Amino acid sequence: MWNQARANPLADIIKAENLTKDYGDLVAVKGINFTVKEAEVFGFLGPNGAGKTTTMHMIQCVSPKTSGKLEVAGLDVSKEPREIKRIIGVAPQETNLDPDFTVIENLLVYARYFGISPKGAQERAEKLLEFFQLGGKRDTAIDKLSGGMKKRLLLARSMLNDPKILILDEPTVGLDPQARHLIWDLIGKMKKQGITIILTTHYMEEAAVLCDKIVIMNNGEILAEGSPRELVARFVAKSVIEVKNSALALDCLKDSKDRIQTEIAGENLHIFTNEPKETLELLVNACGVQSTTVRDSSLEDVFLKLTGRMLRE
Amino acid sequence: MRLRELFALPTLSRRTIEVWRRNAKVFMKTYRVNFIPPVVEPILYLAALGFGLGLFVKEIEGVSYAKFIAPALIGITIMNASFFECTYASFVRMYFQRTFDAIMATPLNVDEVIAGEMLWGATRSVISTSIMLAVITVFGLATYPFALLAIPFAFVGGLMFAAFGMCFTAITPRIDSLNYPTSLFVTPMFLVSGTFFPLSALPSGVQTFANLFVPLVPVVKIARAITLGRLELDLLLSLVWILAVAGVFFIIAVNIMKKRLIV
Repeated sequence: MWNQARANPLADIIKAENLTKDYGDLVAVKGINFTVKEAEVFGFLGPNGAGKTTTMHMIQCVSPKTSGKLEVAGLDVSKEPREIKRIIGVAPQETNLDPDFTVIENLLVYARYFGISPKGAQERAEKLLEFFQLGGKRDTAIDKLSGGMKKRLLLARSMLNDPKILILDEPTVGLDPQARHLIWDLIGKMKKQGITIILTTHYMEEAAVLCDKIVIMNNGEILAEGSPRELVARFVAKSVIEVKNSALALDCLKDSKDRIQTEIAGENLHIFTNEPKETLELLVNACGVQSTTVRDSSLEDVFLKLTGRMLRE
Repeated sequence: MRLRELFALPTLSRRTIEVWRRNAKVFMKTYRVNFIPPVVEPILYLAALGFGLGLFVKEIEGVSYAKFIAPALIGITIMNASFFECTYASFVRMYFQRTFDAIMATPLNVDEVIAGEMLWGATRSVISTSIMLAVITVFGLATYPFALLAIPFAFVGGLMFAAFGMCFTAITPRIDSLNYPTSLFVTPMFLVSGTFFPLSALPSGVQTFANLFVPLVPVVKIARAITLGRLELDLLLSLVWILAVAGVFFIIAVNIMKKRLIV
């Protein structure tokens, strides 16, 4: 039903060079560079206002770039928006399903915008409803769907035109864990069909599970780029020891021979170390720290290190 | 916004019709409700004004009061159907339902979305006018075959008011602000465009102003001529006025909407 995996999975499908977007005085995206390869799951991570959604909007040709270069499937976004939109599927952050229609009508009407024949649309819509486990909701009104179902219907709608590229803006935001895992599962299946998937997310676990490659954005800039594993290895030590934030512990660590990085996180002190055993012994024996937690460092640690703990609103 | 942007020609393809079809499909889902106003309103107006108040009114322009206001009701319905479709209803689709965003993520562009909305607005005028014409006919107030021209004419007049409505929608910050054009633009026109009393009752300065600038005036004039079967050559001038204004505001509406939606 979908295109088979492409012949050359390493070809570049999206290329941005010095891509910039400003809204008057506010520069939302500041000359970023990135390349997405075909059949890859590419994640944009960043706090609110980092420029992720703006970047998505430029790729899907609904928001014009201010300057720089942006090519999608070899086409220039400012010259051939229609051609690009034809091969892209979009599931936006906030639902824009049509509340005047039922589930199936949403798909059938949307298919017309792509010029899909009524017969083709019917077949495809029924298959997509099965695939996204919405078969039982075929004739339900949109406002009767749960949050997870709406997200799945958005995904189904984004697949109507058999897209080469899928743009998923916060695909699981606001969902319960069951609904989230189901969506991860479905995204994994779409990936297997050879579709290039670009997603934005706040959830590090989501990025780590789904993405082949990640860029971390902050204030319109790309701070880091790589696979989730690479990023963890590059930016933080192997392990984190969490203890109660105390002057005692901080003071005591100064004497440690290891180069140990620390970070204050609310009431806790995070101690990054490649020698968790020795550091832990030091903390317990020499510093008299009592309650501790030791864990592997994660993408979230990288994210907070790079973007800071300041609250974005 | 520069003048050149304001009057830039829209880029339209035949996909524009898909926006129209979407709205038509929604309309047909709730057609019973949608048919109530054009059926009930003329009956109420004709009963209260035409046959009630009309008892106390002499003939106007050689016809009974009921016959005088029946075509005005058509003119008013042409205005209301498309104006309200392209203000409140379009605003809901644009702002609350994000329907425009959803469509713009497909090969359609913003010009086509807005144009499709206005074509649909004009179509609402055609639908309402047809129903109203049937009601007026039942009361024996229409002259055939000329009265049938009201149906295609409703599209032209409807397009003009759709364009006005869309311009207001493009600049309104909140849905409540649409009450301004409703109270300050639509309601006064409804009352003094030669609708319930002839323009000649107005002071001559106001008459001239109304003839030159008030959009409902030529619409009522043509509707009346058609319904009473009194076609005259100078109606062409009114028709050209409507076509020109509709065309200009159609283009402006697309461009200021584009300014609002494409950031």
